Amino acid sequence: MSPILESRGLTKTFGAVTAARDISLSIEEDTVVGLIGGNGAGKTTFLNLVTGYLKPTAGTVRFQGRDITGMAPRRITRLGICRSFQIPQVFDTLTAYENLLVGLGIVSMGRKAFVGSNLGTARPEAVADEMLERFHLREYRDEPASVLPEGVRKLLDIAMALAVKPAILLLDEPTSGVSADEKFSLMDLVLGAIRADKVTVLFVEHDMDIVRRYTQRILAFYDGKVIADGDSATVLSNPEVRRLVVGEPAPEEGAAPC
Amino acid sequence: MSTILAVLVDGVIYASWLFVIATGLTLVYGVMRILNMAHGSLYALGAYAAASLAGAWLRAGWAPMGSYAMLVLAALLVGLVVGPLIERGLLRFCYGRDEVVLVLVTYALFLILEDVIKLVWGVESYFIYEPYGLLGNVEMGALSYPVYSAVLVGAAVLVGVLLRIGIYGTRYGKLLTAVIHDREVSAAMGINVNRVYLVTFTLGTMLAAIGGALTAPTVSVVPGMGVETIVLAFAVVVIGGLGSMQGAALGALIVGLVRSGAVHFFPQVELFSIYLVMALVLAVRPRGLFVAAEARKI
Amino acid sequence: MTSFRRTTLGLGVALLVMGLAAPLLPKWALFLVTIAIAKGMVALGLLLLMRTGLVSFGQGLYFAAGAYAAGVGSQALDLGDAVPMVLLGGLTAAAVAAGLGLLLARYRAIFFAMLSLAFSMILYGLLVKTSALGSTDGFNVAARTVFGLPIGSTLGRYGVYALAALCAFGAAVGLDRYLGSYLGRLAPAVRDNELRVEYMGASVRNLVHLNLVIAAAMAGVGGALTALAVGHIDPEMAYWTTSGEFVFVAILSGTASVAAPFAGAVLLELLRSFAYEHAPNTWQLVMGSAMLAVILFLPEGLWSIFRRRRRAAT
Ligand SMILES: Nc1ncnc2c1ncn2[C@@H]1O[C@H](COP(=O)(O)OP(=O)(O)OP(=O)(O)O)[C@@H](O)[C@H]1O
Ligand SMILES: [Mg+2]
Repeated sequence: MSPILESRGLTKTFGAVTAARDISLSIEEDTVVGLIGGNGAGKTTFLNLVTGYLKPTAGTVRFQGRDITGMAPRRITRLGICRSFQIPQVFDTLTAYENLLVGLGIVSMGRKAFVGSNLGTARPEAVADEMLERFHLREYRDEPASVLPEGVRKLLDIAMALAVKPAILLLDEPTSGVSADEKFSLMDLVLGAIRADKVTVLFVEHDMDIVRRYTQRILAFYDGKVIADGDSATVLSNPEVRRLVVGEPAPEEGAAPC
Repeated sequence: MSTILAVLVDGVIYASWLFVIATGLTLVYGVMRILNMAHGSLYALGAYAAASLAGAWLRAGWAPMGSYAMLVLAALLVGLVVGPLIERGLLRFCYGRDEVVLVLVTYALFLILEDVIKLVWGVESYFIYEPYGLLGNVEMGALSYPVYSAVLVGAAVLVGVLLRIGIYGTRYGKLLTAVIHDREVSAAMGINVNRVYLVTFTLGTMLAAIGGALTAPTVSVVPGMGVETIVLAFAVVVIGGLGSMQGAALGALIVGLVRSGAVHFFPQVELFSIYLVMALVLAVRPRGLFVAAEARKI
Repeated sequence: MTSFRRTTLGLGVALLVMGLAAPLLPKWALFLVTIAIAKGMVALGLLLLMRTGLVSFGQGLYFAAGAYAAGVGSQALDLGDAVPMVLLGGLTAAAVAAGLGLLLARYRAIFFAMLSLAFSMILYGLLVKTSALGSTDGFNVAARTVFGLPIGSTLGRYGVYALAALCAFGAAVGLDRYLGSYLGRLAPAVRDNELRVEYMGASVRNLVHLNLVIAAAMAGVGGALTALAVGHIDPEMAYWTTSGEFVFVAILSGTASVAAPFAGAVLLELLRSFAYEHAPNTWQLVMGSAMLAVILFLPEGLWSIFRRRRRAAT
């Protein structure tokens, strides 16, 4: 299978800080990949580089074989890469429904430009309501986003990214700010909603139990570098990963959940 | 040759005047994030107060040299009375609101102050030319300048030096810098942010008033004199970078020289040369010369 | 009934009332309403900008550009009729904004406000120094006909008034329709979170640019109408205090309804003519205090009082 997303030697420095060092990796179509790493490991920076928010100091990003390095986020979105954010980026004065309609309206105004969207000729209003249904957000439909609880904002943020039916979805810590016992139901909901459309997913996550359960493959970052890349069980038992990312003195497989 | 000298000298004199006013504007913005549209009215208040005080002094027949003290006293009075009045009476209810909303609030304040000035001083003009001529003239080649202009330049340098010492050399200045840097953290560290705001706004008002008081002897003090001043001061601080002291100094110098150059060589563009420069600077440096645009972290 | 239909109906009724009331109004009232509508047009443009999250302290630039274009057009191009003059005013202002927008659309918040102000002051400086356009004094502007009717005829007397009313109706209905479209709905999205709009695939800069041009066109039409109503134009129209007055009307009216700027402008003109007679030196004081009261206590503008009542009733 050909990779849908590929980075070669991706590097980003902020003054003295190197947030990404020579990151080379590729992601296959129709897979769910986890991205782990401690605070400041460069996970968000990687997403920012891929989506064009940051221009890399060196290296290239290819999407479906096409070089997208240095393109503006809006052009990359049109090609079919969408993302959610660590801190939800929603439109505070708009209702949940209107929030969804923003992106859908943009696509419906320029379907030709959105080569990466699988929205077809669906009516934006219908898709918005369908998304609210799928993400169990019905009851918040007409509430302004500013009054929604944090977890709901998070869901809305993800729903907005998924609504336009991209080819790949990058999720930045979908479960952060959500209480531990709600994480699994939230991830069931999110991945269920996403996988219904066969969208490739790369998600950043701190909770190892979540990553283990939902991914086939894991990328581990440390200090801007990829220190491990492989199927989930292998990466999670890698001693370097256990020491640098999980923060444990490498006990045996299947450590107790916290 | 003498034209170039004249351009330089005129430019520096004009820049000094602008600097004193603009530095107050930029200080208030830097610390409080308020772009004060009423700054020009505070300048006008300083001029009116100076005209009244110095006028009364001279009419009483006391030593004419004392009129300089009256100019300074007027500025201090305006700063100490009007500054706290506005900050405590109005601005403190608006902290935390959007910068644009604060611009609108101070615009409303500008409208109010313009009429307050008319109600207090009437609509006729005030003249106090004595302090301007009192010190005689100084010859520079073929040109002759009133010594008072040198006083103006000296005052600007003094203001600049005092502010520098105040900000970098005193405990209070460190508090100020802390608040500029991060007000939430400062508040959490126990800095009394409200007091810093009060002092800052008083200081800003005083600087506007000093600008007005020192100008009073060189112009006729009339209603609306602050209206043009405020947009000039905006141009200066925007060119230099909002909130930057060095920026205000450089901005004032640029605007001063551009204007005096225009006056001498292209009088027909005098009025808008300044704004043209401002637009050009912003086109190249969107946040002004001394402030870098920063990306939002997501 | 959709909100768009309701707005159109309401504005249609207002237009009808204005038409029926015209013969009953004294000359000064006709003039006052015409001027208010002209200024309301500028404030309507500001409403669009404010929905996009922008406040311009330089709408006087487009207002003056429209007025001067109408004036120069009537003389140089020998446009005798008011309609093409107003059209020319709107188009000129839009063209100016299309050019300046290349730079302006990159700025937000106070920088946008200040740069707009700077541009308007550049025009002011130019006009003051251009003797061909009458320098500080400006010049007189007059149309010979309105809709082909001679200005002096019985019906022609109402010509400019009717033209203003029609412009306002068209602009308000058009803007309401625009604000309800997918494109128009990006305005509040841009105000709330530009980054997300870019991440949804739209160009924020192009949208701001477009809204700038629309707002300028409205201001230009307003300027041309003012020129026709007053019969005279001067550089003051571009001065920043003129722009400030438009901001005042826009803040007073809020952004909730496309009818509000016109209501706000009529209120302003009524208050002004009253104040000029009784207390000429307290007019700005009243304006400033009213503005403070609205900002502090009614952040969504005076119009929100009606909305709150309606919401409470349902
Ligand atoms: N815009 C920026 N300017 C300067 N430094 C930055 C910027 N963005 C990120 N960094 C730095 O780059 C490094 C990596 O940051 P990044 O946000 O990518 O980490 P992360 O893995 O997402 O961490 P977290 O789990 O805390 O979200 C950090 O040291 C951070 O301070
Ligand atoms: Mg992160």
